Amino acid sequence: MSINPPQSDNQTVILGKETPLELDCGVTLEAINMAYCTYGTLNADKSNAILICHALTGDQFAASRQPVTGKNGWWEIMIGPGKVLNTDKYFIVCSNVLGGCMGTTGPSDIDPNTGKPYGLNFPIITIADMVRAQALLQNYLGIESWFSVIGGSMGGMQTLQWASAYPDRVFSAIPIACAARHSAQNIAFHEVGRQAVMADPNWQSGEYYASDKKPTSGLAVARMAAHVTYLSEAALHRKFGRNLQDRENLTYGFDADFQVESYLRYQGINFVDRFDANSYLYITRAMDYFDLVEDNGGALANAFEGTKTRFCSVSFTSDWLFPTSENRDIVHALIAAAANVSFVEVETDKGHDAFLLDTPEMFKTIDGFLQSSAKSRGLIS
Amino acid sequence: MNDPIKYVPKRDIRVDWQLIAEMVEPGSRVLDVGCDDGQLLAHLAETKEVEGRGLELSQQGVNICVANGLSVVQGNADTDLVYYPDDSFDYAILSKTLQTTHQPHVVLEQLLRIGRRAIVSFPNFAYWRCRAYLAIKGRMPMTNSLDIPWYETPNIHFCTLKDFTALCEKMDVKIEQSVIVKASGDVMTRSTYGSFANFFGADCIFMLSKKD
Repeated sequence: MSINPPQSDNQTVILGKETPLELDCGVTLEAINMAYCTYGTLNADKSNAILICHALTGDQFAASRQPVTGKNGWWEIMIGPGKVLNTDKYFIVCSNVLGGCMGTTGPSDIDPNTGKPYGLNFPIITIADMVRAQALLQNYLGIESWFSVIGGSMGGMQTLQWASAYPDRVFSAIPIACAARHSAQNIAFHEVGRQAVMADPNWQSGEYYASDKKPTSGLAVARMAAHVTYLSEAALHRKFGRNLQDRENLTYGFDADFQVESYLRYQGINFVDRFDANSYLYITRAMDYFDLVEDNGGALANAFEGTKTRFCSVSFTSDWLFPTSENRDIVHALIAAAANVSFVEVETDKGHDAFLLDTPEMFKTIDGFLQSSAKSRGLIS
Repeated sequence: MNDPIKYVPKRDIRVDWQLIAEMVEPGSRVLDVGCDDGQLLAHLAETKEVEGRGLELSQQGVNICVANGLSVVQGNADTDLVYYPDDSFDYAILSKTLQTTHQPHVVLEQLLRIGRRAIVSFPNFAYWRCRAYLAIKGRMPMTNSLDIPWYETPNIHFCTLKDFTALCEKMDVKIEQSVIVKASGDVMTRSTYGSFANFFGADCIFMLSKKD
């Protein structure tokens, strides 16, 4: 991690005033706030822009200090001068997703019709809606086509949606550790998280914004359960084993005797300061609803028919949330659509979170892919 | 047979790859099945400006390919060729990989479905050194090109030049071109050498197509 992360260049624009955002659920949002950060410089013909799509609990601060936590950006390992997403060469854009809670319109924002926060009156949003909102941002920035769209997990879903919905506006796409449809097991995990939030009496049917009591316990439990799915049995064993937390013996009680318990509690508690519980409900729902197979008449290849976009898919051996088999389904569909596709399964015990961590094989893969794409785009000779 | 192959062996590139490159039309679409670390694809891109794709089983091979900017997918020739659409490539290439597949005849069928032409290279198990090794030593042959002991080799379906042409006949496949390479790197044709080719040839390269 760099000691001096790039200065946050957080901006917010109002989008959709002329072309309101029509959501999949049938509701139209007249105008939305879109918060985003940029790194690097847009070149003269605007051909070097890369869109980073963040995951469920990510935000636009991909490579700059997160204002709430004060921590470094979540993908600083990838973004910066000389790094894989090289800010000396590329103009990097990362926006907070629709439904989020870091500046882009979401359930914690004021509903213009009532003057109060939306809460559960916020319309149900989908991955396609998030991408539609990002397309408005692309228009606003005057970028005809992204040089690349990249993202892991839910960011990978957005990447696939981008390539499917706007093939002419995506030169290359890098979906990492994701799936074309959310699996039953993943929907099940999300439901556990949502029920944890809703079971918290402080949730108050989503109308907790004016109250001094927030559903932090429920949201923390949701985060703890989800966090387990981001790791792997091997990684948990390597990091914690059965080690005890600051004690010599078991206490014969329900304190966090084990390091792994303490770690999870820490993950939960830290999360609630920076994330809105209703946003968590909405965004997990968007992932559950994602089904690019069903959207294309049961044949995923139809989503990419005739595509000119170059693809590079990456999966991780120990990822049990979005296992290699699901990433491979995407690759097979791309092959069937005669698309230009590369696919690497990276061997690691770090689980789903490997895409956020120091994973040299992933860096080399994406670096090589971007280099060859840059050549074919004419960005480098 | 076609015109004799114009070919001067280069030291740094595998002989069968040089000969395969001679068979490929410039600017064509090529799928290299079992592309290893992508050297043939890179060679074809450089010398024939092909639009290349690869399929490779080993993670290490795929990673090297993609890091070098090649479009390569990790997968298995025995199971993953079914995903490729019909006639989506001008050439489907299988260089020294046929003998590692579980069902060589099915793989061949797939190659000819995916590519307008298939180019297949394989070591000839009837090469005289192999015969002599087995006859005299009574052990599984190990030669310069077959240098892995039987218990570690990925080669599970060895065949001879004759076996291969017999399979082509059985599958009703047209042999467009065939090149037999001696251990020295010199090239001979089946038409001139006849059955001697099966004795002196160390490696074989065939270009195949479906019969109309």
